[in-house]
Amino acid sequence: MSSIVLPTEAGVVVGPQMSYWRTVAWRLSQDGATLVAGSLLLLVVLSAVLAPWISPHDPNAGSIRLRLAPVGAPSHVLGTDEQGRDMLSRLLWGGRMTLLAGLTPVVVAFVLGTVLGVVAGYGGGITNTLVMRTMDIFYAFPAVLLAIAISGALGPGLPNTLISLSIVFIPRVVRVAESATVQVKGLEFVAAARASGAGVWQILRHHLLANILGPVLVFASTQVSLSIILAAGLSFLGLGVTPPAAEWGLMLNTLRQSIYVNAVVPALPGLAIFVTSMAFNLVSDGLRDAMEIRA
Amino acid sequence: MSLPLLEARDLRKHFPLRGGVLQRTRAWVRAVDDVALEVRAGETVGIVGESGCGKSTLARLLLRLVEPDAGRVWFDGEDVLAALPGRMKRLRRDMQLVFQDPHASLNPRLTIEDAVAFSLLVHGASRTEAREKARALLGRVGLDPRLYGRRYPHELSGGQRQRVNIARALVLDPKLLVLDEPVSALDKSVQAQVLNLLLELKAERVLTYVFISHDLNVIEYVSDRVLVMYLGQVVESGTAAALADLPKHPYTQALFASAPTMDPERRMERPPISGDPPNPINPPSGCRFRTRCGFAMPRCAEAPPALLPVGASHEVACYLYAADAAPIPS
Repeated sequence: MSSIVLPTEAGVVVGPQMSYWRTVAWRLSQDGATLVAGSLLLLVVLSAVLAPWISPHDPNAGSIRLRLAPVGAPSHVLGTDEQGRDMLSRLLWGGRMTLLAGLTPVVVAFVLGTVLGVVAGYGGGITNTLVMRTMDIFYAFPAVLLAIAISGALGPGLPNTLISLSIVFIPRVVRVAESATVQVKGLEFVAAARASGAGVWQILRHHLLANILGPVLVFASTQVSLSIILAAGLSFLGLGVTPPAAEWGLMLNTLRQSIYVNAVVPALPGLAIFVTSMAFNLVSDGLRDAMEIRA
Repeated sequence: MSLPLLEARDLRKHFPLRGGVLQRTRAWVRAVDDVALEVRAGETVGIVGESGCGKSTLARLLLRLVEPDAGRVWFDGEDVLAALPGRMKRLRRDMQLVFQDPHASLNPRLTIEDAVAFSLLVHGASRTEAREKARALLGRVGLDPRLYGRRYPHELSGGQRQRVNIARALVLDPKLLVLDEPVSALDKSVQAQVLNLLLELKAERVLTYVFISHDLNVIEYVSDRVLVMYLGQVVESGTAAALADLPKHPYTQALFASAPTMDPERRMERPPISGDPPNPINPPSGCRFRTRCGFAMPRCAEAPPALLPVGASHEVACYLYAADAAPIPS
């Protein structure tokens, strides 16, 4: 910060004037844990995106002779799995699937959930009852059970996993969006906007959304780690990604029988899930702190 | 006499209290009950009363931010409650509201310049035009737009925020300003500054004020006429001077007696009332003040007293002053 600080005649110090998002970025840059977690996340995302170019082997090509090679084996840095496929390549390719299955439902839930929550919260009355009680029905089931039930009904496969996980996360986001909307709606600046003659759209756009998107975004980001775990769990149960495609949960499932032969290699996909979801959690924590408005 | 700028008759708003599994209405909060009001152009009408007596609800009813259950409101001769949305939007330009809470009344995500300009954008002004006018008005209320225009509400003090609120209310060039406890959240020294700013602006822009407060000193300072409210009803109305010198209703007397004053002449013999007002969910029968009144008579419980004149533009709703009343007990 190199701008000059001037005292004014009222004794108020006029500091650098930053926009809201620049303030958030500045606060994030001061937060070590978030920066580390963020870089880790960036690394995971980059390696997933670049998997076709950086993975040393074909993730689906196995070799009977090279089954369960230990970590550090020649030309297989992270060993091989029970069918002799290169672990590093499978972890890189599997990350694509896991991230896709983790992020997509949350993004879908963020968009649809915010819309539904704002409609319910701002509409109030019967609209609110209708939307919120419907959400409660979904919310009554434990997340894992609901995901398994829907996936089971729809059948295995990535698209169905995404659909079932989206249905799991929408009610959660709706709840947060609705309560934030009701809270902001009751504040006097909304009444002031109405008193100026502003219509519903203008109020929603300029006064409501700006004030609820922050908390909803932070909440959604905390759900990414859960979504990754659920997606991996569905694959683990055979309801998600179908073999031979690589996916961390699926890899964990097929490798678990080999744990007595080689303990380290089967632990790798689990470690990948752990690190990624942890990083998402830490980043969302940091985001929440940085986005807080200090009044 | 000219047509009043704002007139309200028999305004009533009862809020339902819901409870139970089926959310049935279990009781009604009688926030405003049959209130009439007349505001002539250029005057300041003060509305005073304890917390919870329906002052803020009345303000919102007058501006149609809350739809009344019964009653009518005319603004400049036009029936406000009958106005269709398009017409209502036009009417809103002429009647604006300043809120009590300087924290909740500004959007934390808008710079104060944008907060003031927003109303103009709603009414179709161009962005540059709106911003220019907002900056000019911020300057007028004492906030240099070069220093404060791009700032966010949390960077300002309570008094500064209230100046922003005033600027926002004035940016549409309204004729009427309803001020709902505009200074009660501020420090005494800041209160005086804001009050004086309001009085200056009123003279400068030919405004009409409806000024709501629980602070008698503030009401007396700014108002031409005063309405005293108790539990959703007007119990006394008159000029500020008449009310201060000769309060008639026992409640008004108690209010003045309990207000701190610097003037030894104004000290009252009678002790101020004690306790809280009764619950507006089930107000007492007849006169609502009778449960706390030192002069309560049997007839007070029977029927509510009507608002009757006791002097030149001085009205009071109390049986002590009824034509057939017994002499006032001493």
